[in-house]
Amino acid sequence: MSALVPLPVIVPLLAAALSVLLGRYRALQRVVSIVALTGVFGVSIALLIGADDDGIIVHRAGGWDAPLGITLAVDRLAGLMLVVSSFVLLAVVIFAIGQAGEEQRRVGFHPLYLVLAAGVAASFVTADLFNLFVAFEMMLAASYVLITLGGRPDQVRSGMTYVVISLVASTLFITVLALLYASTGTINMADLAVRLEDVPEGVRAMFAIAMLVVFGIKAGLFPLFFWLPDSYPTAPGPVTAIFAGLLTKVGVYAIMRSQTLLFGTPDWMGTTLLVVAVLTMVVGVLGAIAQDDMKRILAFHIISQIGYMIFGLGLFTVAGVAGAVFYIVHHIIVKTALFLVAGLVSRRAGSNRLSEVGGLVRSAPVIAVLFAVPALSLAGLPPFSGFLAKFALADAGIASSEWIVVGASLAVGLCTLYSMTKIWAGAFWGEAEEAPVREPKNDRRFGAPALMILPTAALALGSIGVSVFAGPLYDVAERAAADLLDEQVYIDAVLGDDATIDVAEGTQP
Amino acid sequence: MTILLALVAAILFGCGSWLLMQRRLTRIIVGIGLLGHGANLLLITSGRSGRAPIIDGGGGYADPLPQALALTAVVITFGVTAFLLALGFRSWQLTQDDRVEDDVEDRIIAARREREAPSGDVDDDPENTFGPDDEPAENPT
Repeated sequence: MSALVPLPVIVPLLAAALSVLLGRYRALQRVVSIVALTGVFGVSIALLIGADDDGIIVHRAGGWDAPLGITLAVDRLAGLMLVVSSFVLLAVVIFAIGQAGEEQRRVGFHPLYLVLAAGVAASFVTADLFNLFVAFEMMLAASYVLITLGGRPDQVRSGMTYVVISLVASTLFITVLALLYASTGTINMADLAVRLEDVPEGVRAMFAIAMLVVFGIKAGLFPLFFWLPDSYPTAPGPVTAIFAGLLTKVGVYAIMRSQTLLFGTPDWMGTTLLVVAVLTMVVGVLGAIAQDDMKRILAFHIISQIGYMIFGLGLFTVAGVAGAVFYIVHHIIVKTALFLVAGLVSRRAGSNRLSEVGGLVRSAPVIAVLFAVPALSLAGLPPFSGFLAKFALADAGIASSEWIVVGASLAVGLCTLYSMTKIWAGAFWGEAEEAPVREPKNDRRFGAPALMILPTAALALGSIGVSVFAGPLYDVAERAAADLLDEQVYIDAVLGDDATIDVAEGTQP
Repeated sequence: MTILLALVAAILFGCGSWLLMQRRLTRIIVGIGLLGHGANLLLITSGRSGRAPIIDGGGGYADPLPQALALTAVVITFGVTAFLLALGFRSWQLTQDDRVEDDVEDRIIAARREREAPSGDVDDDPENTFGPDDEPAENPT
C-alpha cells in the first residue's frame, strides 16, 4: 500500500514529460493526460480506502527514515482531498479538450496541467514542510503560465498581480521555514510538532501567525484575498475552473494541517480564526453582490466560502473540523462545476456579463439545469450538498455556542442565494440589455459540444452524489477530523517506532 | 557572523519591500529578487556558521541541510524571476509601459458609480483602459 503513495505525484510528472515529447500529436497528448489523471483518480480512491481502513499510510522516500528522509503520508483528510481533486482535474481536462480553446492552440497546455496536478497532489501527501514549499512552487509555476496562456493584455495585467503576490507568499514561506529550522532543527512536520512543544510560547505564536499569513494568501483569507477576484476570471475558462476549485483549497488544507498538527490548537488561535472567518465570509459575499460579471461574482463567492471552512476549523472541535472537511469536498466540486457553466454561458451567449446575456433558459435549457444544481447547492438549499455542509457547520457552531459566527454564516448564506438568483435572473431569464462583445455560438441540441456538457454534468452529479452519500462521507470526515485534532496519531505514524532517535549531530553539534 | 548575516537579510528585506510598493514592474521584479535573496540568506543563517562544510574533522561540521534547502530555493526563485521578467517584457510589448494597472472591473464599477453620482473621483487615464470583458482595446500607441 505504501508504494502507492508517491504515484499521484510521479504519474502526472512523468506524463507531463511524455506530453512534452508528444507536443506535435495533439491526440496523443490528450490520451496521455486522460490516462494519467484517470490512473491518479484510481490510485487516490485506493489510498483513501486504505487510509480509512488501516490508518495513515506512510511512504519513506528512498528508504530513509523520518525525520532525516523525506516522508510522504496519506491520512484520511489527504486521501479525501486526493480523490476529490483528481476527480475534478479529470473532469476539467475533458472540458478543456471539448472547448477548442487554448488547449488546442498551445502545445504547453497539457504538460502544464499535469505539472499542476502533480503539485496539488504533492501538497496533499507531503509530511515535510520544505517539501510542501516545493510542491506549492510546482503548482504555482504551472499556474503562472496557465493563467497567462494566450498573452492578452488583460491576462498579462492580472497575471502580474497573481505572480507577484504568490512570490511574496513564497518568500514569506521560506522565511518562516528558515526561522523554524533555526529554532527546532527539523522540517519534518511530525518531528516539528514534537519539538515545537519545547519552544517558548511567544515564538510558537509567531510561527502560528506567520504560517496562517503564508497559507492565508494562497487560500484567499480576509484581508489577503484582494488578488483573487482580479486574477482568476481572466484565465482561459477551464483554467479558471480548476484554479477556483482547487488552488485556494490547497491553501485551506495547508492551514488545517499546520494549525492542528504543529501548534496544539490554542484558544486564541481559534478566536483569531473565527474572526477572520466571519470577515472573509461577509466581505466576500458583499463583493459578489456588487459585481456584474458572472465569473467575478463566482470568484468573490470563493472567498466567502473559504470563510465557512475556516469557521469550521476555528472551532477546533471534531464536529467543526469534520464540517469543514465536508465543506471542502462539497465546495471543490460545486465551485468547479459553476465555473465550467460560466464557460458554457460565455461560449453560448458570447459574454459573461449579466447585462449582455439573457433568455438562456429558453435557448439553452441544458446549461440552465447545469447551472441550477450547483448554484442552489452553493447557496445551501436543501436537499443539495451545500445545505448539508452548512448544516454540519452551523450545528457544530451551535454546539460550541459561537452564536455570532453561526448567525453571520446563515446571513451570508442568504446573500449567496441572492447573488445566485441575480445570475439566474440576469443570464437565464429576461432579455439581454446590451449586445454581447463576441458572436454567440450555438451548436446542436445541448447548446455546447458534448465533451463540454459531459464533464459539467458529471460534476453536477458529483455534487448530488455528495448529498446522497452524505452519511458515509460525513463519517469519513468525522474520523479525519478526529485524527487531525489528535496530533499524536500523525506523529506516531510518520516518525515510526524509533521516534526517539537522536537526529543529525550536525544540527546541534 | 550570525548578527551580520541577519543584518544583511534585514536590509535586503527592507529594500525589497520598499521596491514592491512601487507601481513600475521593473522595480517590483528587482524588489522580489532582493526579498528572495534575503529569505535565502536567512535560510543559510539558520544552520550554524563558521564550520567546515561536510568534512568531519574533530570540530564538527556545518549543517548541510540549510545549504541544500537554500540551493533549492535559489533555483526556484531564479526560474520564477525569469518568468516574471518575460511577463514584464510582454507587458511592455503590449502597452509600451511597465506600470501595473488597476483592475478593469473595479474601474468599470467605479465608473458606474461615477455616472450615478458624478462627483466621484475616477481614474480615467486613457492608457489604462481596455475594452469591456475579454476583448482588448487597440494598443494605445
